Amino acid sequence: MKGKSLVSISDFSKEEILEIVKLAAEFEENPNQLLLDGKVVASLFFEPSTRTRLSFETAINRLGGNIIGFTDSASSSTTKGETLKDTIKMVSNYSDLIVMRHPLEGSARYAAEQSDVPVINAGDGANQHPTQTLLDLYSIYKTQGTLENLNIFLVGDLKYGRTVHSLLMAMSLFNPIFNFIAPDELRIPDEYKLFLDSKSIRYFEHSEFTDIISKADILYMTRVQRERFSDPIEYEKVKNVYVLRNSMLDNTKDNLRILHPLPRVNEIHTDVDDNPKAYYFQQAENGVYTRMAIMASILGLK
Amino acid sequence: MSKRKLKVSAIKEGTVIDHIPANQLFKVISILGLDKVSNQITFGTNLESSKLNHKAIIKVSGKYFEDDEINKIALIAPAAKLNIIKDYEVIEKKVVDVPDEIVGIAKCFNPKCITNNEPVTTRFTVVSKDNIALKCHYCEKITSEEHLKIT
Ligand SMILES: [Zn+2]
Repeated sequence: MKGKSLVSISDFSKEEILEIVKLAAEFEENPNQLLLDGKVVASLFFEPSTRTRLSFETAINRLGGNIIGFTDSASSSTTKGETLKDTIKMVSNYSDLIVMRHPLEGSARYAAEQSDVPVINAGDGANQHPTQTLLDLYSIYKTQGTLENLNIFLVGDLKYGRTVHSLLMAMSLFNPIFNFIAPDELRIPDEYKLFLDSKSIRYFEHSEFTDIISKADILYMTRVQRERFSDPIEYEKVKNVYVLRNSMLDNTKDNLRILHPLPRVNEIHTDVDDNPKAYYFQQAENGVYTRMAIMASILGLK
Repeated sequence: MSKRKLKVSAIKEGTVIDHIPANQLFKVISILGLDKVSNQITFGTNLESSKLNHKAIIKVSGKYFEDDEINKIALIAPAAKLNIIKDYEVIEKKVVDVPDEIVGIAKCFNPKCITNNEPVTTRFTVVSKDNIALKCHYCEKITSEEHLKIT
């Protein structure tokens, strides 16, 4: 995939996803490989996202690359009214690779079209965040030993959560069974159900968060945010319903792992943190190896 | 019949675009770039029609359209019919087809889309032709017929 931009998870085939996942495992084994020595990576954060930026910058540093860029639009020339196109044209003259976070949806696709060097989308508004999806896939692969035939439970905000939608699309390449657990107002949109139907992938919808999770291999938790509800009373009703507590894990499978894109609010009780099935902190760490794999692969260094 | 013909004069060579919804006439002119050509153009609007409430008709002298060119108006004038005229005779009739891809013309309904915030030409894949639904190449959101705006 040398020279290819990563804008949307659907830009990568099943084979390319597996290649990244396996390469991430290799970097985890041996993280100090100075493959980016002498390379310049532009890190353009048009809106702040400390978590994602630190993960990318750690990955770049571990690979021995140099970083140019800015951490929010206040310190970039966009405050002087420069268009995205002009910024990208300029930066692609200076760098070998662009990592970009931008609040507008579709900005990453447009940047990739304007740039002479590959662009990695580090989040374009509510649209796509493919490196998050790839690190989720790596976390699943690492904990389950495979991506095939898994029973995946997605819990919380399944309507607006872009991480959930991207994960659903990507995992659909690996013959999963999905279980969706969400309040009525935040159910998985029909377009995704139609997509699963078209691929003959089985899924079940639930509004109760109960012991049905005993069958789960992966429990993917998401935030239920107040601002998603048109009726504040509805939020008050559900905010404590979709919360995972340690006692709920008693009858779950040994191989079950709990994932969460972080940061969490209250949807995973802190009493879960010490349970060996809690995996969300390691999941974040996996982001560094996954991003090393993505960059090395796109630059044709692996 | 002869009475209706008199409303817009006949042309010798060229194209007659009929069955345009009256309220879309000027958009059709603009999409086809007819406001920028030197051909003789006559049009009539608010004409009675059996199919449309009020229709408009455009006669362009000395111009024949490529399919790609004329299909651009399918979004706003799906019932449009073309009569290709040679020597005052209709030698061919054509209907318009909604193309698989739309470049420019339509606006993405998503206010947070890059195309609504920077000078970017819109691009859509047509995901439904009956009830028009356009998937934005950039933000990946679907603009349905009820939200469709033509630039
Ligand atoms: Zn759009």
